[in-house]
Amino acid sequence: MVRLYTDDLSIGYGERTIIKELSVQIPDQKITTIIGSNGCGKSTLLKAITRVIPYQSGAVVLDGKIVAKENTKLLAKKMAILPQAPENASGLTVGELVSYGRFPYQTGFGRLSTKDYEVIDWALKVTGTSEFKYLPVDSLSGGQRQRVWIAMALAQETEIIFLDEPTTYLDMAHQLEVLELLQKLNREEKRTIVMVLHDLNQAARFADYIIALKSGNVVKAGTCEEVITKQVLRDVFQIDAEIGIDPRTKKPMCTTYNLLRGE
Amino acid sequence: MKPSKNMSLTFIIGIMLLIIMFCIAMAFGAAETSIRDVWQALFTNKSSDQINILQEIRFPREVAAMVVGAALAVSGAIMQGITRNPLADPGLLGLTSGANAALAITIALLPGVGYLGITIACFIGAAVGAIMVFGIGAMKKGGFSPLRIVLAGAAVSAFLYAIADGVGIYFKISKNVSMWTAGGIIGTTWNQLAIIIPFIAIGSVVALLFSRQLTILSLNEEVAVGLGQKTIQVKTILFIVVILLAGAAVALVGNMAFVGLMVPHMVRAIVGTDYRFIIPMSMIVGAILMLFADTVGRTINIPWETPVAAIIAVMGLPFFLIIVRKGGTFR
Repeated sequence: MVRLYTDDLSIGYGERTIIKELSVQIPDQKITTIIGSNGCGKSTLLKAITRVIPYQSGAVVLDGKIVAKENTKLLAKKMAILPQAPENASGLTVGELVSYGRFPYQTGFGRLSTKDYEVIDWALKVTGTSEFKYLPVDSLSGGQRQRVWIAMALAQETEIIFLDEPTTYLDMAHQLEVLELLQKLNREEKRTIVMVLHDLNQAARFADYIIALKSGNVVKAGTCEEVITKQVLRDVFQIDAEIGIDPRTKKPMCTTYNLLRGE
Repeated sequence: MKPSKNMSLTFIIGIMLLIIMFCIAMAFGAAETSIRDVWQALFTNKSSDQINILQEIRFPREVAAMVVGAALAVSGAIMQGITRNPLADPGLLGLTSGANAALAITIALLPGVGYLGITIACFIGAAVGAIMVFGIGAMKKGGFSPLRIVLAGAAVSAFLYAIADGVGIYFKISKNVSMWTAGGIIGTTWNQLAIIIPFIAIGSVVALLFSRQLTILSLNEEVAVGLGQKTIQVKTILFIVVILLAGAAVALVGNMAFVGLMVPHMVRAIVGTDYRFIIPMSMIVGAILMLFADTVGRTINIPWETPVAAIIAVMGLPFFLIIVRKGGTFR
């Protein structure tokens, strides 16, 4: 079943078209990753789907309704966004930041209800950030901070969560920590996760469904085995890749690669 | 999360300090008055020279100081929140100079327009000034860097002041214009306050109602959209609030840079980054700061007055430099 899809979506800034007539489906309750080279429109696509930027033509459809015409607060109860490298929330404590995830459920001055506090505590617990609740967000490490932002998105209690390069600026261990957290949320909480990732092997390891973009077009969308192939990587990244099997996860992985020259 | 008891206490202390500062401001000045005179001026119908001075000159003047201080501080806080630019200030980003130029043009072309007309002209001027600065800032991609906006603000301000001066000289009204713009809060009357205060009151109330939205907007625009905020609508309303507050302040006192810059930073150090607390605390601290500056201006060199804008600038410039040194960002 597909709740969310784009239909002939075209996005551009001014005269420049970034994405042209793109139609993709986001499988429900799966982890979908969008991959592609720099400037291929990955983040743009994510932003257009989540109504952060407008699009020129086509449509983004969620539950049979066009997203751009939906009530934005209602949408905020269905999908959460974690932007790329969000600014430091200077001065806020972790608990305060996560409490903003309850914004779509509040009216007026926004006094938090008992339910709100329960959800906030749950979000902190799931992301392993309960111990930081009263600490300033600034005082945390990059990986901890990213988990706190994820906790805020979780506090929104949405079925779909979008993340734009959630592993940026993190070291290898912390990257894995964040991705495993997202995997856990997907497996245990049945959240649909859609994210842009730079690292091919991470995409292959964690995604159920991969959308490979090039110059605003879908080169290939499908399972890891369908997308992480010599031919697709050649088309998307202009690389000559060797594809092996990760001995631990049994997923396809790019073991080594060279740049394609003279083509 | 929950407004704590500490926060209530902070606000009670703030309000008490404001009342104390108001009494001090009322009691000290070129004309010798006592606390007793102040009391009688405020709460009785008695009449004497001292009491008349207090009621007709010093009282409206100090009310003006409070109102203007609060208005400028709140407009600065909102601007810093919307633009996520720690250097935002109505005086630095073209609003004041725009209002100034509009004021000069209005005095020149419509001499009989009256105070309300001048106030409205100031609103329009402030809006034009702000739009020019942000327009220039946005011309280049990724153009909203704090320092570039300040540079654009400096350039646009210089241009708009030149227009104000030019109009003043050409129409031979420069004395009139400078009476307005450099006069500070000298000679504020109850009639003027009656026109200005409603605008500032409306602006302040709307600012308070939107304070929570502003906090979320100040975090990150994408986050705000993701949380279901109608960001364009919120930004437009807050922009109008800024124009109302800054324009009204200029109509009352003329140029006054740095209040909007300094106060929100001081306030953040006290109450944190939640605009539900920053906005009301900015009103209190802005009012205290202006009362203080005015009292210093009136007493430092009796019987001559030192312009309150000069006193504020002396305090504000080092502040500006500290913020720039910290990197010009909130990070």
